[in-house]
Amino acid sequence: MTWYVLEYHLVSYRRVWRASLLSSFVLPLLTMLGFGVGVGAYVTGGVGGVPYLDWMVPGLLASTAMQIAIGDSSWPVLGGFEWQRTYFGQAAAPLRVADILGGNLLFVVFRTLTGSAAFLLTALAFGTLHSWWALAALPIAALVGLSVAAPTFAYAATIRSDSYLAILFRLGVIPMSLFSGVFFPVESLPPPARWLAYASPLWHGADLTRSATLGTAPSWSAPGHLLYLTLWAATGWYLAHRQFTRRLVV
Amino acid sequence: MSLIHARGLVKRFGDFTAVDGIDVDVARGEAFGFLGPNGAGKSSTMRMIGCVSPPTGGVLRILDRDPRREGPAIRARLGVCPQLDNLDLELTVRENLTTYARFFGLPRKVARRRADELLDFVQLTERADSRVEPLSGGMKRRLTIARALVNEPEIVLLDEPTTGLDPQARHLVWERLFRLKQQGVTLVLTTHYMDEAEQLCDRLVVMDGGRIVAEGSPRALIERHSTREVVELRFEAESQEAFAGKLAGVGERLEILPDRILLYVADGDAAVAEVQARALPPASVLVRRSSLEDVFLHLTGRTLVD
Repeated sequence: MTWYVLEYHLVSYRRVWRASLLSSFVLPLLTMLGFGVGVGAYVTGGVGGVPYLDWMVPGLLASTAMQIAIGDSSWPVLGGFEWQRTYFGQAAAPLRVADILGGNLLFVVFRTLTGSAAFLLTALAFGTLHSWWALAALPIAALVGLSVAAPTFAYAATIRSDSYLAILFRLGVIPMSLFSGVFFPVESLPPPARWLAYASPLWHGADLTRSATLGTAPSWSAPGHLLYLTLWAATGWYLAHRQFTRRLVV
Repeated sequence: MSLIHARGLVKRFGDFTAVDGIDVDVARGEAFGFLGPNGAGKSSTMRMIGCVSPPTGGVLRILDRDPRREGPAIRARLGVCPQLDNLDLELTVRENLTTYARFFGLPRKVARRRADELLDFVQLTERADSRVEPLSGGMKRRLTIARALVNEPEIVLLDEPTTGLDPQARHLVWERLFRLKQQGVTLVLTTHYMDEAEQLCDRLVVMDGGRIVAEGSPRALIERHSTREVVELRFEAESQEAFAGKLAGVGERLEILPDRILLYVADGDAAVAEVQARALPPASVLVRRSSLEDVFLHLTGRTLVD
């Protein structure tokens, strides 16, 4: 049943996939040129013995995975309850809440994966991948996507207006993108801010992705990273399931 | 065996009791209506029958199954046309049907064939490949009804199926629903249009404040709760009330509205003669048969609920 819900989202996506694919290449291309080549020219020493571009690309890959995942689980989920009300139509069919939620989350993972794959190809073209381990960046991106998408589903199913989504982006997504070890190592942050960075799922995703594309050891335990991201995903699933049930079965 | 069987069915939201102990039985092939003003508990009842709202108390069996435990299995055999359309506006008309059919586990080929048949049934074949967004309200409603039929349901639930439609669109919807009824599909609908109820329902209940206040066929309800005819009198005066006192004893019941007086009588012409005999010439007189609307207003009052 979950597959039928995924299938529905894919049919819906078929309408826009060309434009979507194009933009998933454009974004990494621009950022790589702007940040990596442009800013990187000033960072002559590199970071930890690696050229700045090569160091930054995996962080940006994880950050992109996060942004795709949150983008696809914020407005679309709010709209599914408040505007188009499509979830209510699905709930009237023989689907369970877990199917409705699971199928939609699988679609978000699919979007995260395709976007990340485009990013990885661009990164390859710029010669920033140092190891075959770079392939592991894809499942990591999927996990990063799930770890942020599931809680965002819960949040988007709770709010009634999209002005609350602006809060999510200003207080959550943007600070996370800036201070989670994507553009500079979190060790440069003052200690209290550093702990906030450690708490964010993006830092764990960025660190793991970096160790994959550079073929080096992560700065924290790899199983620890995976476990932490899984914890975010599982807690998010629990909250989202509860919230979806509250809205759909009343 | 009744397809829908409720005894003492209750739905509460916190302190608010939306449905306050109702008994309902709907037989196979019947067209059954829930009538009532806004807030009467119709939609809450429909959602419980649709297995998306667990009852707070009482007995509810749908297709001889328990909606609390067998929701998906029951929903697989229901068709639901909700009060507010929840179509996917980005998808085409046909895709809305085929993707929905997949939720019921229909193979793709069957889904496509069923979609084409249903588009023909609701006269949307020409719009099959257009997006839903630009469609008119009537077209969207017909598409929602078609979507409710993709799984060849045994019971179709329609929550205010024609609210907000123009007269042409309403009549087309009624005609399609009537055809479904002829095919033996069990229809359960809510409405506050009396003409809709008279047109479609074999049997109906009037709900008010979460309770059932009357039950029967449209004809029987009129016989039981109203007179055979109604005389509408309009007097040329500031207030109609001045004349009301002088009409005492004419007919069974009298109702004063700001612009006219209604006399509920067995014989309209006799009542008009009596009024004229009392030397009360009204500015206008209309004798008509009692309608379900008279029953409805009598039972649920003229005061606005919300």
